[in-house]
Amino acid sequence: MGIRDTVNKAYSAWMETDGLNGDIAISCRVRIARNLKGYPFPHLLGQEKAGEIINTVQPVLESELMLELAGKFEVTRMVELTPVERQILVEKHLISPDLLQNHEQKAVALRDDEVLSVMINEEDHLRIQCLLPGLQLKKAWELVDRVDDGLEKAIDFAFSEKYGYLTACPTNAGTGLRASVMLHLPGLVLLDQVRGIFASISKLGFAVRGLYGEGTEALGNLFQISNQVTMGHTEEEIINSLVSVAGQLMLQEREARRVLLRERLDQLQDRVGRSYGILKHARIISSEESMRRLSDLKMGLDLGLTEGTKPGQLIELMIMTRPAFLFQERQGELTPLQRDVLRADLIRKSLNQED
Amino acid sequence: MNMLCERCQERPATVHYTEVINNKQRKMDLCEICAGQVQAEGLGFLPQMNLHNFLACFWNQMPGVQQFTPQAREDVKCQVCSMPESLLAKKGLLGCGDCYQHFGDRLDPLMKRIHGSCNHTGKVPVRTGGQIRFIRQKEELRNQLREAVAAEEFEKAAKLRDQIKQLEQEL
Repeated sequence: MGIRDTVNKAYSAWMETDGLNGDIAISCRVRIARNLKGYPFPHLLGQEKAGEIINTVQPVLESELMLELAGKFEVTRMVELTPVERQILVEKHLISPDLLQNHEQKAVALRDDEVLSVMINEEDHLRIQCLLPGLQLKKAWELVDRVDDGLEKAIDFAFSEKYGYLTACPTNAGTGLRASVMLHLPGLVLLDQVRGIFASISKLGFAVRGLYGEGTEALGNLFQISNQVTMGHTEEEIINSLVSVAGQLMLQEREARRVLLRERLDQLQDRVGRSYGILKHARIISSEESMRRLSDLKMGLDLGLTEGTKPGQLIELMIMTRPAFLFQERQGELTPLQRDVLRADLIRKSLNQED
Repeated sequence: MNMLCERCQERPATVHYTEVINNKQRKMDLCEICAGQVQAEGLGFLPQMNLHNFLACFWNQMPGVQQFTPQAREDVKCQVCSMPESLLAKKGLLGCGDCYQHFGDRLDPLMKRIHGSCNHTGKVPVRTGGQIRFIRQKEELRNQLREAVAAEEFEKAAKLRDQIKQLEQEL
């Protein structure tokens, strides 16, 4: 499977959440930052040396040793892709928006199943990341660690005995590790519990992000929790504390859902049923509404209030109905109305094929 | 009258983004397109630019303690990448790995503020890790030795002692 397959389909292995606490933990991500010794960091690098970085790293990533350690990687330079294809990689969370700016000498290495990726010449020379469904942070770290081991066999990294791995931004120095988990928390949102909980989490050195639509509900009720501190703790300690914070949030979300089932069953069933009905039959739907409805439907599905679709399918739909994907689908510029029509079309087709 | 998106200043703002970091809320009124981009940054990646500005503030101005942390020194440069301290203070990014050494006196307080520590305790690379890997390895072997002695596994303890000696010779 090559880069063309990647940009032509919304599905990615990280969306397959079955049996991994996927009712709440949608996906998790671990990334580490690494820099090559003897080169300035990318923002001072210049085109020629940036090209040297790609040329140094590419053969190592595509080597036999890496194949054995971590799988088959394919390096693609950003200039080989169309702007829409690049944007799709962002919408699938495989690369960061930063990799699109001044992209002449930037590249990405993707493992054939898209679980592992290495961004080259982003803020640091290398950003190795692993994206997995559910709450599998330890596995994600192990995979990233293996890619790192493979690279390190042939490449000298910028490292100091005192500060650890050296990064362009001092907030990443030390382990260079940023771990995050994306949680679907409709129960806590419905019971208006998120704010208080997030305030206490942020005091523990974790950041919480969510996208808010009209009113107070997060778009799709999706929140991301990530570590802020990268130095003074080992990789395992950072991963473990994030796992326990995520575990706590999942407990609270499950409790909220139990309360809702017990005390507001009719309202909950009504909400899920309405959203399912609208998604199945609407002809025009905005991205804000589709995210909200898909979130309702996912919760209904997780609670056994409805059936006929799969959670992974809903996550895929959330990605598939983003602007760049719609653009790719239609191969051309769309007006906002055309986009909303196309989005409703895709959702309707996907949900009705199960009947 | 529609509010304009505060990011692109072109399209009407229809989405309200809120971010909570360290108990501080940041709200933005965005159009759908910018919101998509911010979400991609937010859910998948950290919005680094804001963070850099924030760090630059740390470097430059600490209200009330300015006598201890003087303004960025114009003439101080990294000897390897020749990044001046003034640019570092502006961008919040270091220029190369050697900057960490050249600006070390100014970095330590910053690191403590960000991470609560300025000493790495995690993974060490084999090739460029220097002696620290051996030192850690020695500590680990010493711990094992203590355990072996406590458990009266003297044969194992003797082997461990030999390993430690060998490591010390290599050091």
